[in-house]
Amino acid sequence: MHVPDGFLDAPTSLATGAVAVAGVAIALRGARRELDDRTAPVAGLVATFVFAGQMMNFPVGAGTSGHLLGGALAAVLAGPYTAVLCISVVLLVQALFIADGGITALGTNVTLMALVGVGVGWLVFKVARAVLPKRPASVPFAAAVGAFVSVPAAAATFTLLFAVGGVAPVETGKVLTAMLGWHTLIGVGEAIVTALVVGSVVAVRPDLVHGARPLLSTRTLEIRSPLAGKEATR
Amino acid sequence: MSTRRFVAVGLLVALLVAGVASFYASSHPDGLEHVAEQTGFLDSADDSPAADSPLADYQTRGVGDDRISGGLAGVIGCLLTLGVSGGLFLVLRRRGTPADPDQVDSRPVDSQV
Repeated sequence: MHVPDGFLDAPTSLATGAVAVAGVAIALRGARRELDDRTAPVAGLVATFVFAGQMMNFPVGAGTSGHLLGGALAAVLAGPYTAVLCISVVLLVQALFIADGGITALGTNVTLMALVGVGVGWLVFKVARAVLPKRPASVPFAAAVGAFVSVPAAAATFTLLFAVGGVAPVETGKVLTAMLGWHTLIGVGEAIVTALVVGSVVAVRPDLVHGARPLLSTRTLEIRSPLAGKEATR
Repeated sequence: MSTRRFVAVGLLVALLVAGVASFYASSHPDGLEHVAEQTGFLDSADDSPAADSPLADYQTRGVGDDRISGGLAGVIGCLLTLGVSGGLFLVLRRRGTPADPDQVDSRPVDSQV
């Protein structure tokens, strides 16, 4: 979903640039609470993994492909504030060195994929986690739901920006229908990749999954009862 | 699995995806590009000022073999991302304290550093 230079006019690009700067500033403050000696290297790994994942375009039919956006994945693994920084760094590297996504469009791309992708992915994940059974095995499924919704949400936000500041005179309704249609399909791929990656980490090191920690502390309380003693030694 | 080992294995997976598997990724336009083409606003795209970067479009300039050129660009991109994000997160982190004092370390004792 990397927006190139030229799709949106200068005022819209400036506005999304300002939104992106404000969002990253808030994330820089919030991430301090999520990062410590143990989680900081893991967060660097998450950003690197999202960069790699964004290279793996998967076909979604009729000559179209999609790739991981990674907002929900990064939020569940590293925490939402850190995730905004992870995706923003990926987009910065892509814009400066790879020419994937424009330079004047960097603010737009950060807004779409880092702020909307992470924000929607994390909020929907939290709702799904609250509904699903309270155990770590639920986390990959909740992450998949967040991932699925985050992609069409970012696509709809692009359409809104296009309606306000699109350079080409194209009917918004046509763009919205096409964007939502394709990105719902891409969202399915996003959900599958996110569930597999989060599931793998939950299986080996659930304590490194930010979104699983509230469920782990419940389990820690449970093992104080004599009946659950065996669970603790497993 | 220790945190160090976990990060090492994770990095290896990321480098393999970017450096090797990405060659087999779909080369069709992505959702946005396809929609832009379909609805008629693709032509409004401008070339990025970074279009002549040595890693532009996930190809390493001067490397003839597509597989090696793309794989190398992926690996260098991963290392750039790791360097920038890792440096940022090490500066931002709280040193020597858990991220959330309310939460206990739930790992088995033998895997704690």
